[in-house]
Amino acid sequence: MTLSAAENPLFEFLLRQGDNALVLGHRTSEWCGVAPVLEEDIALANMALDLIGQTQLWLGYAGEVEGAGRTADDLAFLREVYDYRNLLMLEVPNGDFGRTQMRQFLFDAFQVPWLTRLQDSTNTRVAEIAAKCLKEALYHLDRSSHTVIALGDGTEESNRRMSDALTFLWPYSGEVFKVDATDHAMAEAGVAPLPSDLHSVWLETVERVLTEACLTLPEGTFAQSGGRTGFRHTEHLGHMLAVMQTLQRSYPGAAW
Amino acid sequence: MTHENEWPLWEVFIRGQHGMSHRHVGSLHAADAEHAIRNARDVYTRRNEGVSIWVVEAKEITASNPSDKGPLFDPARDKVYRHPTFYDIPKEVGKM
Amino acid sequence: MYAQMVKSTGKGVQSRDDMSPEDKAFQDRIDRGEKIEPKDYMPEAYRKTLIRQIGQHAHSEIVGQLPEGNWITRAPTLERKANLLAKVQDEAGHGLYLYCAAETLGVSRDELVEMLHSERMKYSSIFNYPTLTWADMGAVGWLVDGAAIMNQVPLQRTSYGPYARAMVRICKEESFHQRQGYHIMIKMAKEGTADQKRMAQDALNRFWYPALMMFGPSDKDSVHSAQSMAWKIKINTNDELRQKFVDETVPQAEFLGLTIPDENLRWNDETGHYEFSEPDWSEFFEVISGNGPCNAERLSTRRKAWDDGAWVREAMLAHARKSQKRSQAAE
Repeated sequence: MTLSAAENPLFEFLLRQGDNALVLGHRTSEWCGVAPVLEEDIALANMALDLIGQTQLWLGYAGEVEGAGRTADDLAFLREVYDYRNLLMLEVPNGDFGRTQMRQFLFDAFQVPWLTRLQDSTNTRVAEIAAKCLKEALYHLDRSSHTVIALGDGTEESNRRMSDALTFLWPYSGEVFKVDATDHAMAEAGVAPLPSDLHSVWLETVERVLTEACLTLPEGTFAQSGGRTGFRHTEHLGHMLAVMQTLQRSYPGAAW
Repeated sequence: MTHENEWPLWEVFIRGQHGMSHRHVGSLHAADAEHAIRNARDVYTRRNEGVSIWVVEAKEITASNPSDKGPLFDPARDKVYRHPTFYDIPKEVGKM
Repeated sequence: MYAQMVKSTGKGVQSRDDMSPEDKAFQDRIDRGEKIEPKDYMPEAYRKTLIRQIGQHAHSEIVGQLPEGNWITRAPTLERKANLLAKVQDEAGHGLYLYCAAETLGVSRDELVEMLHSERMKYSSIFNYPTLTWADMGAVGWLVDGAAIMNQVPLQRTSYGPYARAMVRICKEESFHQRQGYHIMIKMAKEGTADQKRMAQDALNRFWYPALMMFGPSDKDSVHSAQSMAWKIKINTNDELRQKFVDETVPQAEFLGLTIPDENLRWNDETGHYEFSEPDWSEFFEVISGNGPCNAERLSTRRKAWDDGAWVREAMLAHARKSQKRSQAAE
């Protein structure tokens, strides 16, 4: 039915971008109405809205590239767990506000240099989408890094919580740098750089912010993987999709 | 219960697209000035309302006293000669 | 409405003879249509009533995030998810503007939040009803926001400046909310499958009377309402607004092909209005005294969010203070 990653690496690449935005946007939207303070509630909703918008762009283009007539909504709401290509870090539950912010920061610290480079993609659609997403990502990084710094520096309790968040998330944070055939195909075609090329700039940002946040960079280099290849997601994604896809699955063909 | 951890109140001023002055749009809570700017961006520019934000902590604002309203503002009332309509210019002169 | 049954003095409209000279001058300003500003003279009862009313209104926006928030993660398309999230986010914003307006009266937001959590202040009865299907997102936008707008539009002219200005901003932002809800109803009730039509009718059946209750019981004889109207912090009677709501909503339901669950509903040519059944007011009083289907859940969700966030609020402030000290030391 659909082509494999090897047969259509651009489609695979676009799913990775779109699914990251989709899954993180979904998780972020779970904060609506229950954030620590109104101002943060509103800020988190803005973040989620940006990510939902990014999802529409990436998955919309993915559907075109696939050429099977699937829309962004079809891809978002009617795929199975193993068809998702998001990073594991983005699908694990939010945890407390600190963990949500730490995850956002670790992701944003990659997204900003990544989208910056994608603006020079040989694929003009990719370059256009990246340019739009980059503006949003720059603000996200600004906000998440300041929040991580404030919470790391704030009180004994907040420092401990942020430290726990970092310990929990760190093994997931390296997944994006594990390159595979799809990444190489994209690099060779000039569509995208190898994610691993951005590791040092990512690490630089992370180190700088964590230092200011009075947090210690974890030493471990082990990275969980299986999200962006779809080989092995966490158990959490299935639950997330069960919620997210309920209407589309329960009422096939209905328009909303 | 005490409210010692309540963030201070900030007044927010936004300059819109069309070159008008910053205008007071409302208030919000934030831990410090930079945080207030970010919160103002998220709270008060959701509908593309602004290109520039000012914030000032509410307690730093000095306001005129309402009971001084008479002496402060009434004296300007009879200075009608400050307004263009005070001066009759013959029609023949045209628009001025 | 979002502020239901707000108590004022409990003594009816104060007569001019009983007013101090300051209070007379104050009432004259209101009668002339002037706005009262935070530092202006105001009678203590006016201030207290306003705090109750604006506070209740703000709490309603915040608790009101929850029934719709219940469906954000299950929205059926990316666009619907964004629409709904933007709408619920607006409600947080509206709560924020209103708390700020209340703060100009000398009460802090945290104090108000605490009063909500300890049930010393109320929020609108409507948010104690559950949202069970996606059609409820349509019904809530269409009926609940529709009813709210009816109350809020006149409040833009309320006598208290900060409240009126908050309402202007809120009304401007809220104009898409009702349309968003009605659009969902069109998709389901008019263009949808049999299942969707059934969901839409079911949602109307469950939300019709609670929406009518939003305006509060008849207040033509209410001493509180009379004083609030004299102060221009309440503009129309509950019955006037309820009638207006029914008159506008019935044709909208007809367009959708939905049936309003009221056998007594009929157009009266003489009055130029619809006749309709009163909601069950005993249910209303149960809901506002805490026995609605979701009261306990809504409050516990809000309390938990507040308590879980305490460390964040504390830490952000601690960091701000530390950085201020550090920058002072560096100078």
